[in-house]
Amino acid sequence: MAAPLTFSQRWLPVATVLLAVLALWYAGAIGLNRAGAVERVLPNSHPNGDWTVSDLVSVTLNMERPVLPAPHQVAADLYSSTVDWPLDSPRNLLFHAAVTAQSTLVGFVLGTLLGVVLAAAIVHSRTLDRALLPWIVASQTVPVLAIAPIVLVILGSLGFSGVAPKATIAMYLCFFPVTVAMVQGLRAPQRIETELMHTYAASKLQAFWLLRLPSALPYLFPSLRVAIAAGLVGAMVAELPTGAQAGLGARLLTGSYYGNTVGIWSALVLSALLGLALTLAVAALERLVLRRGNAA
Amino acid sequence: MTFARDASTPAAKAVFALIASLSLAAAFWWLVGTAQQQADFQPMPLVAPLLAVLFIAGLSVRRLAALDGRPWYATATAALFGLWVLYFWQVGVTLFNVPRVLLPAPSWIGQMLIDRWDTLAGDWVQTVAKAVLVGWALGSGLGFAVGVAIDRAPFLQRGLLPLASLTSTVPLVAVAPIMVMWFGFEWPSKAAVVVLMTFFPMLVATLAGLQAAGRLELELMKTYAAGYARTLRDLRLPMAMPFIFSALKVNATLALIGAIVAEFFGSPTVGLGFRISTEAARMNMGLVWGAIVVAAVTGSVAYALLVQLERRVAFWHPSVRSK
Repeated sequence: MAAPLTFSQRWLPVATVLLAVLALWYAGAIGLNRAGAVERVLPNSHPNGDWTVSDLVSVTLNMERPVLPAPHQVAADLYSSTVDWPLDSPRNLLFHAAVTAQSTLVGFVLGTLLGVVLAAAIVHSRTLDRALLPWIVASQTVPVLAIAPIVLVILGSLGFSGVAPKATIAMYLCFFPVTVAMVQGLRAPQRIETELMHTYAASKLQAFWLLRLPSALPYLFPSLRVAIAAGLVGAMVAELPTGAQAGLGARLLTGSYYGNTVGIWSALVLSALLGLALTLAVAALERLVLRRGNAA
Repeated sequence: MTFARDASTPAAKAVFALIASLSLAAAFWWLVGTAQQQADFQPMPLVAPLLAVLFIAGLSVRRLAALDGRPWYATATAALFGLWVLYFWQVGVTLFNVPRVLLPAPSWIGQMLIDRWDTLAGDWVQTVAKAVLVGWALGSGLGFAVGVAIDRAPFLQRGLLPLASLTSTVPLVAVAPIMVMWFGFEWPSKAAVVVLMTFFPMLVATLAGLQAAGRLELELMKTYAAGYARTLRDLRLPMAMPFIFSALKVNATLALIGAIVAEFFGSPTVGLGFRISTEAARMNMGLVWGAIVVAAVTGSVAYALLVQLERRVAFWHPSVRSK
């Protein structure tokens, strides 16, 4: 293949595309907010209709309830809502991001553990392999997220509230991809390697810890990245039903109830950042684990 | 039949366990039904027989799973397991009188599917036939078109590809409230969410697929004096088909999720997502489960159809022939 890309070859195109997106965003904000500005704002400031194009542009980019808020409005709202309020105030967006991150992470850890344990059971049991695995694989084609309202109702009537229902939904969404990938990974060792373990008179447990689990790790981590993204969506959807007070999903919903477009956009940007941060955390964990595995 | 002569073959054991478990299960079903007719119905004495049926049902799955030789044995095992889950769900819910809000019996869900068929059919048309289908086709089509269009612009590819891959970590479905504001409550807002969710996976897959042609084949095309368009049409696009089909399959599930979740944010009084969220709020869980069955069947059927289509289109590709 070609030589590895230099720094400018790698980042210049990305920066260009990002700048183009920003320019399109501003153009879109002017275009989409134009009608509202001409109708509602400009007649107040220029009663005799003598406004210029630059007036129009500055108004469209700073409207109170824009159709599409300009990037700097979203940035300003993000900044003010994260800095002007104490961290434990429900007006602080970081507070909501932390609530969502907490249920995502709890669900992610539990779902991953469950998936790994179930995959280990499937690999060691022909019955589970034949009876259960096809259903888990088939569930990948089904919108399992749709069960979330049911889980909320069931756990709600059993008296659970707060993190538990949200983490449960994140958990079962994380669980499916991890199970499927881990079954593949635990089966990855070649026949010659399993036979070597056999000649060493290694027990099934030893073969699992020394051979199967290490060779499954390259399969596990990509599925973890899929899982944490799915878990985040699950946690946010779990915050949608009325009654959820906190979390990015709840912020999105209240924003759409009150027509607070800037609020929706900042919640959206923050949830994207949260998704990126969680994925980066998983990637960092992957590097850490794989490097230790290579050194050993 | 071999098992008639030798009762100790695995097949004979499996058939024996199957017959025994099914007849025991039927007897237990009848027992629960008659016991419930009595005024002083107590579930506790029936727990021991329930455990016995559970044990022999497990044994029947185990015996069937141990069989080798025919490909349909595996399917039969999974089907039998699913059957037992439904059976114990039904029997357990009836026996212990589980409230319908917690877990409705499968028979009740089935009843709901029949009784409210017209409602669910309307929801299906609204969500699947309009929002999902339009959004999925538009999003996948746009992703494919952009992928092919920027094939000759490596600068744009290097700029777009990292960003497009990053979007898989972002909860894109959260744009639903914005789309509802822009396009209203009707299905176009849901289709817009679906377009956004399906565009990036297809773009990434198309770009990867167009790189899949081998050096040898490319050089062969060159010796034929085939131009860019000819090479694209006759070599590189066909080679990209497995990538494109896997994106189409992923997108089918994503599109269903996107449309259903987008309806949680606001919709007209019809649609699968609307049905699920409002009936769950009204504790009418039978209909919620019915809507979920409809969504699940839709997802599986769409997947199966795409697999069949892939077999027709890319029948020559090693990844299809090896199946």
